[in-house]
Amino acid sequence: MYTQGLDSLGKDCLRDPARDEGALERAFQARVDAEEKIEPKDWMPEAYRRTLIRQISQHAHSEIVGMLPEGNWITRAPTLLRKAILIAKVQDEGGHGAYLYSAAETLGVSRAELIDQLLEGKAKYSSIFNYPTPTWADVGAIGWLVDGAAIMNQIPLCRCSYGPYARAMVRICKEESFHQRQGYEIMLRLSRGTTAQREMAQAALDRWWWPSLMMFGPSDADSKHSAQSMRWKIKRFSNDELRQKFVDFTVPQADFLGLKVPDPMLRWDEVTQHYRFGAIDWSEFEQVLQGHGPCNRERLEARRHAHEEGRWVREAAVAWAAKQAARAGREEAA
Amino acid sequence: MTDERRDWPLYEIFIRARSGLDHKHVGSLHATDARMAIEHARDLYTRRLEGVSIWAVRSSDIVASDPGDADALFEPARDKVYRHPTFYDIPDEVKTL
Repeated sequence: MYTQGLDSLGKDCLRDPARDEGALERAFQARVDAEEKIEPKDWMPEAYRRTLIRQISQHAHSEIVGMLPEGNWITRAPTLLRKAILIAKVQDEGGHGAYLYSAAETLGVSRAELIDQLLEGKAKYSSIFNYPTPTWADVGAIGWLVDGAAIMNQIPLCRCSYGPYARAMVRICKEESFHQRQGYEIMLRLSRGTTAQREMAQAALDRWWWPSLMMFGPSDADSKHSAQSMRWKIKRFSNDELRQKFVDFTVPQADFLGLKVPDPMLRWDEVTQHYRFGAIDWSEFEQVLQGHGPCNRERLEARRHAHEEGRWVREAAVAWAAKQAARAGREEAA
Repeated sequence: MTDERRDWPLYEIFIRARSGLDHKHVGSLHATDARMAIEHARDLYTRRLEGVSIWAVRSSDIVASDPGDADALFEPARDKVYRHPTFYDIPDEVKTL
């Protein structure tokens, strides 16, 4: 669902000439330039491998943590149908996390290691999930805006140079459209409802608009590692390009709802044929990314709690499998 | 880096989308045994009627060719264009050939 922080990859993105042999690296780059896919057993620069492990695992963690803000509403959805839809959506997010962990594992990292990094608070995930969902309209706004921003980010990743990541993204993007449409439909119902419902929808848009724009990551001017990611064809468009596209798509959708985008600077620019929008408060983004958002602690605690509560189930499953295998072995021997 | 003692065995999952089609590789998952692999594959890969049949194979049981051998394995087929029907020029007058 929600890849982000593509530019906070740290020094992993930088090339490491000591480890990469020139000829191999040139051949690798030629394959990437020719739009060939790189597969797990192919030679690849160590920095490419590390960049992908970092990006794919952050993406997977985001899917898993992303289940929490919406999961809060499963027991409180307004109708049985909305409840069934929300369960299906949250289940999709779990599935997306699983596809992505599998893709990361093809690069030689274990799932257990990645999950440890998340639970120990060492791994990043999308900052958007550290915001609370106080009303039902937040579920609508998340589907419409957060999943909408995610789709914008993820469609180019379907053409990523690394085969397993690209294939996981194709599967994810197919499922993502349902998420966005069900969210918009919730907003549509509320915005055509009572005054209280309209206000609830507007308040949710006010809460989620700016964090959604931040999902595209830092501005191009501040994004240190974009160029290398572009050269490797992991990334296809710059953060600002994607953000602009998202604003251009989304503002008319908000107009249709009769809701107001919370940006006094927002206006249509006839010359560029784009919406101009106000400056983003990057200090908020940094704060949330560093762990000081409204729900960072709560989210990680929920994940740790789930992991601990599930421990006996995992242990029982292993014990059962061992017992069955032993029994099968005895029968074969007899 | 792999931590096989803590991760459950990895299974590759193949799905037959409709009767009459081949099973196609769709991805992988971890499971304690084959039965769990099938159950998880159902939840993970067939939430939208994507399949009518599932195969699960332990990843460690798959034998794969080495990308380094690709030239030796596949290059010899490159210059054998006469294996394709379009190699042969047949006059248009000749029908059903």
